[in-house]
Amino acid sequence: MAGHFEPLSGGGAAAALDEVEVSILRSLTVQLLELIGPGDAAGTDGADPLARLFAEGPSEPPSDPALARLFPDAYGDPDAAQDPQERAYAAEFRRYTENDLRDRKREDALAVVRSLDALVMAGDPGDGVAVLRLTPEDCRRWLGTLNDLRLTIGARLEITHEDDGEALLRLPDDDPRKPMVMAHLWLGGLQETLVDALMG
Amino acid sequence: MGRVSVAPVEIERPESSEAPYAVAEPDVPWVTLVHNDPINLMSYVTYVFQAYFGYSKDKAHKLMLDVHHKGRATVSSGSREEMERDVQAMHGYGLWATLSQDR
Repeated sequence: MAGHFEPLSGGGAAAALDEVEVSILRSLTVQLLELIGPGDAAGTDGADPLARLFAEGPSEPPSDPALARLFPDAYGDPDAAQDPQERAYAAEFRRYTENDLRDRKREDALAVVRSLDALVMAGDPGDGVAVLRLTPEDCRRWLGTLNDLRLTIGARLEITHEDDGEALLRLPDDDPRKPMVMAHLWLGGLQETLVDALMG
Repeated sequence: MGRVSVAPVEIERPESSEAPYAVAEPDVPWVTLVHNDPINLMSYVTYVFQAYFGYSKDKAHKLMLDVHHKGRATVSSGSREEMERDVQAMHGYGLWATLSQDR
């Protein structure tokens, strides 16, 4: 029953994960954390909460396509060029919100890593299985991170139209993108069943 | 009726502080738009509309279908500050959202 969540009677959800799945999830999430960047990047005096409060975020969208998708512009039609007013508004919005958004995504991803690290494997080494049990709050964080992972991998695979996904499904086994496509599908199954578990 | 009520209304006016401090910007509501993207799961988008806005399952589902089929949907409207809060929340969930003035 690996690869999907089921609702828990008291709220929350559970999934059985084998060692390989745990290691893939952990590795992808750590890569996501590296992509989002360290928490004290905004303020030079990271330890000073006051300095951090007043630290301004960036004005420009990230140049990395995956980061640009995680932190999109808040003003302007995505299908059209921004006018100068929209660009100015988007820059201002980003300065005051992007650091908070990065914090939230980082904290969610850290919670995912922590719950994976807390798993106790049963069975033979190398062939173990564990049951991941999430509280409703954990579920919210997991949903966010699973979504961020899929957005990031989707950007890396350059999925920009719904048809792109279909084409990727038909990739030959020796295509270098194949493992990432499989991971993307698997994460989609985890996320879909976690949503189902929460919505009842 | 208008003449009779003029004096009391003027005296009480400072209570509603909107008008005297209104900026030059015309008082047109803003909207939060969620845009279609090929990655986000339809069930997840519906979940977000229910969880964040508190919309019914039917309304959330209909908005999700609008996003999917029409490329975008207006998911909330209000002041610019309120819409910035909604857009920030949508970005937190990983949805692609923008705000604009509903002309």
